[in-house]
Amino acid sequence: MKRTEPALPKIIGNEGLTMKLVVAIIKPFKLDEVRQALTAIGVTGMTITEVKGYGRQKGHTEIYRGAEYVVNFLPKLRIEIAVPSNLADKAVDVITSSARTGQIGDGKIFVTPIDHALRIRTGETDGDAL
Amino acid sequence: MGALSSRAAKLAAPIGVAATWLTTPAFATTSDISAADTAWMMVATALVLMMTIPGLALFYSGMVRKKNVLATMAQSLAAVTIISILWVAFGYSLVFVGDGPLLGTLDRWFLAGMTMDGVNPAAKTIPESLFMLYQMTFAIITVALVAGSVADRMRFSAYLMFSVGWFMFVYVPLAHWVWGRGFLGTMGVLDFAGGLVVHLSAGIGGLVAAKVMGRRYGYGTENLSPFDLSLAVAGTGLLWVGWFGFNGGSALAANSRAVMAITATHLAACAGALTWGAIEWTIRCKPSVLGMISGAVAGLGTITPASGFVAPWHGIVIGVIAGSMCFWACTWLKHRFKYDDSLDVFGVHGVGGMTGMLLAGVFATASIGGTSGLIEGNAGLLLVQLSGIVVTLAWSGGVTYLVLKLVSAFVPLRVSREQELEGLDISQHGEALQ
Repeated sequence: MKRTEPALPKIIGNEGLTMKLVVAIIKPFKLDEVRQALTAIGVTGMTITEVKGYGRQKGHTEIYRGAEYVVNFLPKLRIEIAVPSNLADKAVDVITSSARTGQIGDGKIFVTPIDHALRIRTGETDGDAL
Repeated sequence: MGALSSRAAKLAAPIGVAATWLTTPAFATTSDISAADTAWMMVATALVLMMTIPGLALFYSGMVRKKNVLATMAQSLAAVTIISILWVAFGYSLVFVGDGPLLGTLDRWFLAGMTMDGVNPAAKTIPESLFMLYQMTFAIITVALVAGSVADRMRFSAYLMFSVGWFMFVYVPLAHWVWGRGFLGTMGVLDFAGGLVVHLSAGIGGLVAAKVMGRRYGYGTENLSPFDLSLAVAGTGLLWVGWFGFNGGSALAANSRAVMAITATHLAACAGALTWGAIEWTIRCKPSVLGMISGAVAGLGTITPASGFVAPWHGIVIGVIAGSMCFWACTWLKHRFKYDDSLDVFGVHGVGGMTGMLLAGVFATASIGGTSGLIEGNAGLLLVQLSGIVVTLAWSGGVTYLVLKLVSAFVPLRVSREQELEGLDISQHGEALQ
């Protein structure tokens, strides 16, 4: 029996709350500390990706018997969280303090504005969707 | 197998006279078969087979790139299947039946005339079928070893043809010369478990094959680092344990000489691993796991001809020298001559085999193997060992080249550039690790 889909709210959130996307590239072993710190300030979800890259740390050299290889891209984790704008600074602070080792290669954080957000299941938008 | 030459000398006369084997079983003497020897040699046979599958298959495939793992395992598997059949068909007979200086006879082709209780004069206390099986596992691993130097680029069909040709024209004659009462064994060359027959022949064969095939694409410029060294560590463990059967079994009996061989073997592996690791730690600041397992295999390969002739503490000295020599070969020598021996078959087995042959000449102890070496005042043995090395280098090197040329008349040795970049797993076997 065919079910009638509920009508979705209109996907324009111009009256909604402003939001930021915080992208952090961190050392993989710091993930759990960062996740706990973000949870503690009320961030309710995140997406992580295993990535490779380099910055000032450059790469490292691996030696297999006689063969030396310079590995330029080192494994890192990329964390993405979407937060209300008023929480963005706080999120950046806690990521910085929890991901920091003081050694080269700790990573970077980028903050960009989000135009719209939508929860696929319910159709809620913007602040309601975070 | 070192026992072969001395026993062979005593037996040569009666066998030579009664050379009408075509109708009668050649070596039928049923009385001496020992249950203890038979039990140990059955175990040793299984241990040596385990060295190839999965030992060598894991050791090698852990060191190649992810796209070539299955293809590398396929080479070990192919060696087991093909060489076993060829060994039964004619290999065993040509190597171990008959005592011509250059080749045996075909009297035992497809095991014709082999009886339940018959024995080979080289091993009179175990059934001939067991002796045949045990020696089969050596032929298998020797052919499988060569594949390491051409890993990542050889066409599978070409590898199969090469294996058949290499077995027929390199392994069979050489094994007969050293172990089958051929001219090297008669000269007194000491090769307990295969310094010449297995390691040097595979090592130099691999080197020639690597030169003929050319370097891998990206060699020296791209990252060709190993897929998963933990597989190689597991493979090394299996090789190491299997080597107890390889060297210990070469006594062809469950006796104290077998135990002495195993003791020297184990100590050489330990010393080799420690030495390679220590050298890396000194000059590169870090001891690598690949270095330690390479040192272990170098120690094992190098003690192979000497085990059964030397005392346990000689095993430690031989292991230290093995670790140093093979490290030098895999780092300096390989770069100096710019050959791409992918998995260092020459650097580890070739150099190890030569070193071990010479050290057997130095350390041979009469109270253990019945022969004195340089230290006990028999300098001549060193010369005999050296001539064995020269013959093996020339024969295996030259014939490997000819076999490759012959194969390349039928099928290109290398895969195409695209196939090599895509990986041998998918291009040769239609499957891949995800």
